[in-house]
Amino acid sequence: MIEPLWEVFIRSRRGLSHTHVGSLHAPDATMALRNARDVYTRRQEGVSIWVVRAADITASSPDEKDEFFDPAGDKVYRHPTFYQVPEGVDHL
Amino acid sequence: MSDLFEYTLRLGDDALIAAQRTAEWIAAAPQLEEDVALGNIGLDQLGQARSLLQYAGQVEGVGRSEDDLAYFRNERDFRNLQLCELPSGDFAHTIARLLYFATYQHLLYEELRMSSDETLAGVAGKAVKEVAYHVDHATQWVLRLGDGTEESHRRMQSGLDAMWPYTAEMFASDDLVRRLAGIAVDPSTFADEWSRRITQVIDESTCSRPESSYQHDGGRDGRHTEHLGYLLAELQHVARSHPGATW
Repeated sequence: MIEPLWEVFIRSRRGLSHTHVGSLHAPDATMALRNARDVYTRRQEGVSIWVVRAADITASSPDEKDEFFDPAGDKVYRHPTFYQVPEGVDHL
Repeated sequence: MSDLFEYTLRLGDDALIAAQRTAEWIAAAPQLEEDVALGNIGLDQLGQARSLLQYAGQVEGVGRSEDDLAYFRNERDFRNLQLCELPSGDFAHTIARLLYFATYQHLLYEELRMSSDETLAGVAGKAVKEVAYHVDHATQWVLRLGDGTEESHRRMQSGLDAMWPYTAEMFASDDLVRRLAGIAVDPSTFADEWSRRITQVIDESTCSRPESSYQHDGGRDGRHTEHLGYLLAELQHVARSHPGATW
């Protein structure tokens, strides 16, 4: 029996967003959620779980890596490193 | 033997023997995720067993620890339900047992939270959340296997049927629980509710509710199936071969 693969996202007690923690197999969403609870939250890792069918994720392809990510490489002006931090602002 | 000791032993032995059977699935379940799920459930049951047997030892007052009670009693001294000791069998048999047993434990612990005995109430308060999840886990599987393929339906029905003749024992009331009124829970009081919940799951799973005239009993008096001896041999072997050993 080949069951669909699910990607698991968990929000930790103090976290604001769900973070990818791994994947698992399950026949449907309800079981995927329960399996995620059993496999990934045994040590109180989280307070909320998302499961997403791996097949439903549209991912960038390694072949497109160059045109996707390289152009950003030499545009240093996109980083906020050219601003003068005003005096007296400590935590910018 | 005090009534409270005997009663605590019943609850503790149910949990201990169930834990041993559940743990047999680790590395043998149909999928890795289920290994972990049943492992978690077995550890919950073992945790309940430890608290209860430790308390039973205190109540008895002759210095027996939880380990003494678990490892150095013989078959006839165990007070668990026969349902708990039955071989795990097919995965669907295990799931059927878990549905019957966890639903029973859930109803029991819900009531036991109000016990006038603070320790029993405390153990029940913690365990009730655990067993609620066990009920859910079993329910999810009964629904999927029952309403799955022709083969999974056949196996689920076979599991429900095989475990059924061991369910009436859970609700047997006796003088002991009546003498402990206020402390113990008389299981006959929630037999109808158990039946209602089980029937609901079985109906939804498209299986049929088993009909069996003969019902086994005897576990509470130390009369067990032939399977308990083998289970205890495995459970107790190391502790008895090396008494007092630690690591």
